[in-house]
Amino acid sequence: MVWLNVVIQGVLIGGFYALFACGLSLMFGVLKVINLAHGDMAVVAGYAAVFLTPHLHIPEVWSFLIVVPLFGLIGYVLQRTLIQKSIDRDPFTTLLVTFGLSVIIENLLLEIYTANGQTINIGSLITKSWHPTSIIYISYLSLAVLGAAVLVLVFLQLFLSKTGTGRLIRAVADDREAAQLSGANYRHVFGIAAAIAFATVALAGIAYGMMTQFAPTSGGVNLLFAFEAVVIGGIGSLWGTLVGGVALGVAQQFGAHFNPQYQVLAGNVLFLLVLAVRPQGLFGKKTALA
Amino acid sequence: MNQPTSGAANQDGSISVRRSTHSPIFTLVGAFVLVALLTAAPWIFSAQFATTLTNFFILVIMATMWNLLAGYAGMVSIGQQAFVGLGAYATLYLALKGMDPFVTIPLAAVVCAAISYPVTYLLFRLRGGYFSIATWVVADTAMLIIGTIAVLGGGTGRSMPGLQNLSPSQTAHDSYLATWFVALIVVAGTYYLLRSRLGLVLASIRDNEVAARSSGANVRSARRLVFVIAAAGCGAAGAVLVISQPFVQPSSVFNLQWAAEMLFVSMIGGLGTIEGPIIGSAIYFVLQQTLQQQGAWYLIIFGSIAVVVALWQPRGLWGAFRDRFHTELLPVGHWVDNIKSPE
Repeated sequence: MVWLNVVIQGVLIGGFYALFACGLSLMFGVLKVINLAHGDMAVVAGYAAVFLTPHLHIPEVWSFLIVVPLFGLIGYVLQRTLIQKSIDRDPFTTLLVTFGLSVIIENLLLEIYTANGQTINIGSLITKSWHPTSIIYISYLSLAVLGAAVLVLVFLQLFLSKTGTGRLIRAVADDREAAQLSGANYRHVFGIAAAIAFATVALAGIAYGMMTQFAPTSGGVNLLFAFEAVVIGGIGSLWGTLVGGVALGVAQQFGAHFNPQYQVLAGNVLFLLVLAVRPQGLFGKKTALA
Repeated sequence: MNQPTSGAANQDGSISVRRSTHSPIFTLVGAFVLVALLTAAPWIFSAQFATTLTNFFILVIMATMWNLLAGYAGMVSIGQQAFVGLGAYATLYLALKGMDPFVTIPLAAVVCAAISYPVTYLLFRLRGGYFSIATWVVADTAMLIIGTIAVLGGGTGRSMPGLQNLSPSQTAHDSYLATWFVALIVVAGTYYLLRSRLGLVLASIRDNEVAARSSGANVRSARRLVFVIAAAGCGAAGAVLVISQPFVQPSSVFNLQWAAEMLFVSMIGGLGTIEGPIIGSAIYFVLQQTLQQQGAWYLIIFGSIAVVVALWQPRGLWGAFRDRFHTELLPVGHWVDNIKSPE
């Protein structure tokens, strides 16, 4: 029964990792860009929820209604300016630029808001949970986050396969030149993909801020987990990311069960094992490999 | 290579290849004077300035190694702090066993090289950005494992043994000399390496990987060798770092900020040049010393400059200077001259 609880907690946290990772996955799939500032964007969303929404007289629980669209806009603008400019140079430059952005954002947040931890106040919801037995507990918040992750993935899947814009994104992702020849404005398509990616990362950042304390430096560790989820699940597979996130979460909970020190280590070990034994990930194609 | 060549080989194949834009005598004399001056520096300047110079040369070592990785071999690692930390802890471990900390510096480099070799077999399965983040996972894993070892001070760290007999000013003096010599070996070694056959292979990979492969260059083993050398260099940097501090803590020696500094410094100075990381380090230090009262602002400003340079001047300050004046202090390329119709 103890082990069942460990697995359940792992699955719940895995949902959060998948939510965090799907923006990363989308950016890589379409733009072929790894946004090393991905984690810091989530943290910025958290700060926006804490410091911006009180000015608008909106309860912090509903802050995502403002912050998520705002981040979509930021994503589009950032893509059309800085990121597109670095894509035009080479993939190498995108790494340097996004890593530079990551360090800049982190230190700006430190200067403005200090290293103190922040949380998004959601009232009594944070403590509410369902106890089917004395050992197992399921936090409503974690369940909501897992639900949000599944919803976002379903939405993305439907959007990419059923809508015209979605098909355009996939066309540009598959063959940019051919899509351009057929009249697609790939820069605008890239912008839309980045907008969606940023919106999901804002949602993930707010979910994180509701679940636990965050600080300016929280972005890095979450980027690592998101990345591990993507690789474990298989690069380029959206549902693989969910499975990868769950696998990572379960591994971490198992590690933590033995010793809290081993929580992150167990996840890293699973990641390195997958890399050694099945580098294309559980559901991946071999294209992303060297 | 970066110079316009004066024409292809003649029909009878009479071409000459130069390795330098000017007589190497100037570089040699200049280098000799500089080496003599920097070796005498702790006797000339105050102990505090020697400490600043120590930190400067630690950054020069790391940035030179990062530049070799990214600028010459195209591997953007954001996990080089793994080897800074492992080098630091190798030194701590050997000093705890009773060795003189200064003697452990080369051993720390060897330990890091030995660890990095099997790691490449995992990392090289990924490319581009995924490779970058995987190097970070390796660094994170190394930090977490070291943090569980109680003998090495666990997560809280411990101070370096074996330095109690030295006065603080003597420690500053000795660690400066050790750092300076490591920096000299690293920079001179990188220069030599890039002028060797490996340098030619790396240049051919950078210019056209497919062509290099089909001409028989072993891309993978060249990259592996570079990764191992960079790990050794960063290990030595970690060793001199903890001797100069002298305190070792996982969260400081495995800090991502090392990777950020290496990257920014190489970017601003000029990726793919030997001189670039040294110039970048000098700029970084001036900025850091000037703005040290203002908290993290020096990092924000420096990072912004790096982003601007990456987008609008990707060859960095030295690269721009070199393109403008057609001169190199430490040339590693080849200039092909046509003998029948000289420039």
